[in-house]
Amino acid sequence: MEEADVKTAMEESLARVEGGDLGVLKRGPLVDLNSRLKELAAEDRPRFGQLLKDARQTVQARIDALAAAKESAERAARLEAERLDLTEVLPGPPTRGHLSLVTQTRDELEDVFVGMGFTVAEGPEVETDWHNFEALNIPKAHPARSGFDSLYLDWGEPESTLFRPHTSPVQIRLMQSQPPPIYAVMPGKVYRKDTPDASHNATFHQIEGLVVDHGITFGDLAGTIDEFIHAYFGPDIQTRLRPASFPFTEPSAEFEVSCAVCGGAGCRTCSGVGWIELGGCGMVHPNVFKAVGIDPEEWTGFAFGFGIDRIAIVRHGIEDIRVLLDNDLRFVTQF
Amino acid sequence: MRVPLSWLRDFAPFEGDPIALGETFDDLGMVVEGIERVGEGLDGVVVARVLEVHRIEGADKIRRVLVDDGTGDAVQVVCGAWNFEAGAVVPFARVGAVLPGDFAIGRRKMKGVESNGMICSARELSMGEDGAGIMVLADDVADPGTPFADAMGIQADVVFDLAIETNRPDANSVAGVARDAAARLKLPFTLPSGSLPGGAPTASASARVESPDLCPRFTATVVTDVVVGESPEWVRRRLTLAGMRPINNVVDASNYVMLELGQPTHPYDLDQLGGQGLLVRAARPGEKLVTLDGVERTLGTVGEDCLICDALDVPVGIAGIMGGESSEISAATTRVLLEAAYFAPMAIARTSKRLGLRSEASARFERGCDPDGIDRSVARFCQVAGVGQVDGGAIDVRSLPADRPAIRVRTKRVNKVLGTALSTEQIASYLEPIGFEVARANGAADAAAVDAAAVLDVVPPSFRPDVSIEENVIEEVARHHGYMNIERTIPRRPFVGSLTPYQKARRRLREVLVGAGLSEALGVPLLAPGEHAKAGLAEKALSAPDPLAREESVLRTSVLPGLLRAVAFNQSHRVADVALFEIGHVFGVPAEDSQPLPDEREVLGAVVADAVAAKRVFDVVSQTFHSSVSLASVADAPGLHPTRSAAVSIDGVGVVGHVGEVDPGVLAGWGIEGRVGWIGLDLGAFLPVTPVYRAARPVSRFPSSDIDLAFVVPDTVPAAAVQDELYAAAGDLLQSVALFDVYRDPERLGEGRRSLAYRLRFQSQDRTLTDEDVAAVRARLIDAIESGLGASLRG
Repeated sequence: MEEADVKTAMEESLARVEGGDLGVLKRGPLVDLNSRLKELAAEDRPRFGQLLKDARQTVQARIDALAAAKESAERAARLEAERLDLTEVLPGPPTRGHLSLVTQTRDELEDVFVGMGFTVAEGPEVETDWHNFEALNIPKAHPARSGFDSLYLDWGEPESTLFRPHTSPVQIRLMQSQPPPIYAVMPGKVYRKDTPDASHNATFHQIEGLVVDHGITFGDLAGTIDEFIHAYFGPDIQTRLRPASFPFTEPSAEFEVSCAVCGGAGCRTCSGVGWIELGGCGMVHPNVFKAVGIDPEEWTGFAFGFGIDRIAIVRHGIEDIRVLLDNDLRFVTQF
Repeated sequence: MRVPLSWLRDFAPFEGDPIALGETFDDLGMVVEGIERVGEGLDGVVVARVLEVHRIEGADKIRRVLVDDGTGDAVQVVCGAWNFEAGAVVPFARVGAVLPGDFAIGRRKMKGVESNGMICSARELSMGEDGAGIMVLADDVADPGTPFADAMGIQADVVFDLAIETNRPDANSVAGVARDAAARLKLPFTLPSGSLPGGAPTASASARVESPDLCPRFTATVVTDVVVGESPEWVRRRLTLAGMRPINNVVDASNYVMLELGQPTHPYDLDQLGGQGLLVRAARPGEKLVTLDGVERTLGTVGEDCLICDALDVPVGIAGIMGGESSEISAATTRVLLEAAYFAPMAIARTSKRLGLRSEASARFERGCDPDGIDRSVARFCQVAGVGQVDGGAIDVRSLPADRPAIRVRTKRVNKVLGTALSTEQIASYLEPIGFEVARANGAADAAAVDAAAVLDVVPPSFRPDVSIEENVIEEVARHHGYMNIERTIPRRPFVGSLTPYQKARRRLREVLVGAGLSEALGVPLLAPGEHAKAGLAEKALSAPDPLAREESVLRTSVLPGLLRAVAFNQSHRVADVALFEIGHVFGVPAEDSQPLPDEREVLGAVVADAVAAKRVFDVVSQTFHSSVSLASVADAPGLHPTRSAAVSIDGVGVVGHVGEVDPGVLAGWGIEGRVGWIGLDLGAFLPVTPVYRAARPVSRFPSSDIDLAFVVPDTVPAAAVQDELYAAAGDLLQSVALFDVYRDPERLGEGRRSLAYRLRFQSQDRTLTDEDVAAVRARLIDAIESGLGASLRG
């Protein structure tokens, strides 16, 4: 056996591989040469063994390359046959539904307050006159009562049961059910006999907050509102408090946020004043504490409240609030 | 309330930018809703007389006009208005004038003709809405060249439109606004003194009060030799700026005093009053009176209404709300009886609300006027009216409590509530300028001693009926310290905030439903009468005797009617495949009369394509919260399809709701096409109120084996029963049971039967199952179903 034989055998093998014979290393010239190794002198065998091995590796590499190319071509052909235009897929189940904007807004607000260490309290929508008015320092014949446009129901004594016009009775129930400290918000549905227009619905949603603890001050109220507003609307929004009057708080305030549209310069959204009134707040009136058996000398507290629906319409640029109650899927599915 | 700046300046020297003054009002809780500037932009506008009017060649809209503007030379202008001719007296803006709205008048040329100024319309001068023609003035208004503002008596002014809180009756007057703002700005505030006409009470009239509880103070003053006519120009101007129409000098004076001092008064024509006097008493039940607005009012039917009658007991007005027609001031009036009284606020509020009748007077009385301010107001009326002679002294009937009690104000408490570090003397300094009498502690000679005592005894002024407890005073301190000057702090919160397990589960339920393709509806808790019945439900429900509208008068017992309305609405707007849910409260009529409130529950209602879709959505929902729930067909669930609905039960809880389809008869009633699947769940019972942590089951490393079995089962046997039986017979190795085929064929399977095919998967934790294992289980399953349920294995 000469070195040239090995070379010839390798070239022949490579040629057969190119011709499609991928089994040439199993039945072919290099196999034949290998079987003749034993004919060589002992001292030549390692050298030729190595030469043959090298030749086989060269051929094997070519076989592997061709096999890979073939497989890759087949895969490409197969995948091409499976081609799918994802934009031509027909819509079908599962489809996504949509939460109401009020729920989405309420959840966001709840999350901010939970992050601030508050719990979320709920209560009945149909209330007693006592929980809704009396305990909140609004006795019978108080002029503030007429402002609530309450819807009374035919249960019990006349004007003793009503659909709550605010979520404040939940504060009363909460204070009755647990001793201070209390850090809670109360979101929920309310109803007022107020003829709906573009900015009012008779059915709407409020969220109120109540804090009762040792040493709670008006400064804490202002700071807490500021903290919440920054967390919810962003650090650039300013807040201000302005004296106001509510029977259940004293001192009382309206709280306003700087207009996000014009940054406080004055525009149509804020009626040119640079501020948007958001809600009411104040220090819990001692008569409210007395009604639920909390000592106003020991404990102080603050409460605040505002409309959820209004925040939703401002956030989404909705011009007519009545659309929130239409349950019109052409609207609901936008969000 | 509209408050002119010039009027405010009668009481305190307000200077500077009106915007800044407005911010002070805002900061004190008198909300500025608008600032209007009047009478500005009239510099350079003069009275002029039109000398000649000429056509311009080639122009049919404009004319060349020569005017005498008092300079001596005829001035040429081009004018587009046609409502005047030579001789007319007009307002003329000279070149250089800047009209309201920053409209600068320059020299310009039109059609080659030079125009040296502008003849103005009322609108261009902010004098009215008319912009069609120029403003033609009276011939004798003034000589040409006279400044237009002087000729018309116009003064530049700023009018603040303020919203006053209900607890601040004192601020419902020009003087009250001035007092508050002057205190904040540390300006001197002066309120002219004035007293009731003194001397022996007049003999020309009488006044009697029968109901002192309704009217704690009543005064009557007689003015004779009155000539009713037009008020002086300054009175008319101020009333107009404040938004009131001038009527005559007597009525105007009454209105002026009300706006300025907050005290409503009522002038009567004394000669039209029977018996020449007044009587104040509670109305008798059913008594009638025609008020000034021409409406007949019935009084005294519910609670007490306070009436003003003449001395012969004939009603002439509803006290503090509105007078009657009979004794109105007329051109013929010569003797006036002026009523100035303090009526009980609650009584006025009650009567006004019941009658649905509100007036400027009632709005002030019901919030509480100043019973001690009457004297000054009567004096001011006589001054403003400026006519007639006061006849004798005023009649003054009073039953007011002698003194207002002092309120103890503790410095420590003020700072505890506000979070401030105010000294006692600082607190006093905020209260005194707004009329509070502040008594320092006994023997406290100087500021240091006052601060050391740390208490004040404070008597609120008679015009602050809202202040009766320490907290009210604290609010006044905060207002005058400035809400925005109180340092903002954040309380250290002792809790970790979180939602309750129920609230978390409810959010998850919403997300699962949205993932299943349903959108959320928002329900109104009130329905129209008959809507429950229309949804197949019992009509028994609580309702509102006095609703906003009949459509929202019945308290819902279910969310079904509202969702059906939403389906019908969406179908009618060509929205296909309506899938909606609502989570809301429903209200059952209580079983016991002693129950204070209705049975209120939070429920889920969902409407989808049909019962099959409902069941599939329900499976997703129920598997989210429960490892097993059971369904049982029901034929009598209100509003639901009698053969395509089932009750949902949870072990240990009972029935928690229904799943199925809405009765086709109900759907027809709502005009809904096709089927509507339904899920209704009582969430209080369905959702977990404590977190549920299911115990883990290890996943086996050994292969599983499946057994497929099809049984022919009578329709009377629910598939759920077959499945239960399979579970019971399968033994411990069972991993899952799945129904994978339902097949009906009367010819091959017989009438009233169907084939139910199940795949059961078996697996052991510790070995590979043998053929023998599987065969044994299979035989056991077949035997259980065939013997227990009257079914047969399908060959």
